[in-house]
Amino acid sequence: MKLDHQIIFDIVKRGAKVMDLGCGDGELLSILVDKKQVEAQGIELKEEAIYKCVERGLSVLHGDIESGLGVYPNKSFDYVILNQSMQEVNNVDYIIGEALRVGKRAIVGFPNFAHITARCEIFFGGRTPVNDALPYRWFDTPNVHFLTIKDFREFCAEKNIQILKACFLGKKRLIRIFPNLFAQNAIFEITQSNGE
Amino acid sequence: MMTEKSSLGIVETKYFTFAHAPDELVLESGQKLGPITLAYETYGELNKDKSNAIWVCHALSGDAHAAGFHKDDKKPGWWDEMIGPGKAFDTNKYFIVCSNVIGGCRGSTGPSSINPKTKRPYGINFPVITIGDMVEAQRHLLDELGIERLLCVTGGSMGGMQTLQWVAAYPDRVKSAIPIATSLKHSPQQIAFDEVGRQAIMADPAWRGGNYYSHVQPERGLALARMIGHITYMSDQSMEEKFSRRLREGDYRFTFAPEFEVEGYLRHRGDSFVQRFDANSYLFITKAMDYLDLSGEKFIPQDKKISTSFLVLAFKSDWLYPSYQSRDIVSFLKSRDVDATYCEIKSTYGHDAFLLELDEETHLIHHFLARISQSVKNGNGR
Repeated sequence: MKLDHQIIFDIVKRGAKVMDLGCGDGELLSILVDKKQVEAQGIELKEEAIYKCVERGLSVLHGDIESGLGVYPNKSFDYVILNQSMQEVNNVDYIIGEALRVGKRAIVGFPNFAHITARCEIFFGGRTPVNDALPYRWFDTPNVHFLTIKDFREFCAEKNIQILKACFLGKKRLIRIFPNLFAQNAIFEITQSNGE
Repeated sequence: MMTEKSSLGIVETKYFTFAHAPDELVLESGQKLGPITLAYETYGELNKDKSNAIWVCHALSGDAHAAGFHKDDKKPGWWDEMIGPGKAFDTNKYFIVCSNVIGGCRGSTGPSSINPKTKRPYGINFPVITIGDMVEAQRHLLDELGIERLLCVTGGSMGGMQTLQWVAAYPDRVKSAIPIATSLKHSPQQIAFDEVGRQAIMADPAWRGGNYYSHVQPERGLALARMIGHITYMSDQSMEEKFSRRLREGDYRFTFAPEFEVEGYLRHRGDSFVQRFDANSYLFITKAMDYLDLSGEKFIPQDKKISTSFLVLAFKSDWLYPSYQSRDIVSFLKSRDVDATYCEIKSTYGHDAFLLELDEETHLIHHFLARISQSVKNGNGR
């Protein structure tokens, strides 16, 4: 199992109701269905990925994730997953708000723009960083936001979002010291503070 | 994966008659209709516990002959590419039923049928029917076949409307539904196109107030209605690809004969349609489509929890049943916590795509049905 999938897999409780926003070809969701018997729903924009999801026996909706959540009643899901998709949406504030409205908890995974190789590439190379977590060049990247672990923590504090768990990922293992410097990716489990 | 595809070979239409007096079918309008005959075909074998039945609903001009060949026919049924051994609706696994709608003219009771009270064709005195009435008649056939619960109901366009109506009327008897290129209700634009078609028929003097059965039918009007219909079934791009501005004779003739290929195509479609379709049926069936409104509570009441799983399909270039109408279906389903998968298939064919984008439909339907049958085998209600 991929490291990020393993971390999310460990967070999600057996039999939970899960929405995966930007579920891609459904790899993570189908692991969760098979091994944790979750009730799964995905939303995905790419048509080819929809065919893969259906092939895996998943329920998936074809569309962009920004317009996909409006119809769901409050707290429809135990978890709303945004793995490597948050940085691709225009209105992050709205998406996180919606994720925490329809989900009791959200699991957010994103590449850390402050990773040491990225810092070096900007500082010494004078170029937009390209690395394992940020594999795209400036002109072909689907990412519209570039954020760091520190940025996200500050965002949560400002929006009254409680961080339940934070995991930091290196290339092959978890990072425990100076994550904003050494982690390529981060996964946060969050919930809305008030009312919970 | 999927087995080799093959044809069903020769198939036959069967007939079921019910609603004899005094037990006529009470229609949504309050009027009674009976006796009613339904023409239907079945493909594949019904399994022992009768859990593998799939109901296929046809569109406006379709009929019970969905697949295989009638004896001495060169052309197969209207969805032959999708129904048969190894195909999306695999007759090695599933038992498929398709019946002609009431109001139709392809073997089921409709305006061209003989009214037992007058011993003459119903004509315009045929009661105005709804999609709900069509499904109610089909439900009688389902009971006759001894099937309690359908594994799946499916259809495109008006077939999709019946699919949605099936769930609205009998959610507990429908395990899954695949509505394709359809809508919960006809929009004003859709009603408008239907009305223009009806006016074309009724403006033809040969229509004679619907009483034309001892004469020729209003061929000009019906052909015109069909021509308008065909324009709405295509897209700007598919017409460009199919016809462009090509001329049949290579040069302008400066006449009003059909010179452009697109003109020839429409005329041909119109002319061949009148050979097989009844003008009054066109009026009654389009009216039934216009009446459909399953928005909100009418589809699933607030307090009703339904366990039907949906695969909703739409096509990008379909402007007659635009994809937003399918997304509306999905949004409503999700607001009611109903299991749903949705795909907007990239296609340039317009509304016709549901009869043409076969690889994409086959892939999605094959895998969706595999999941649904597996959950039936596992005894899972969901």
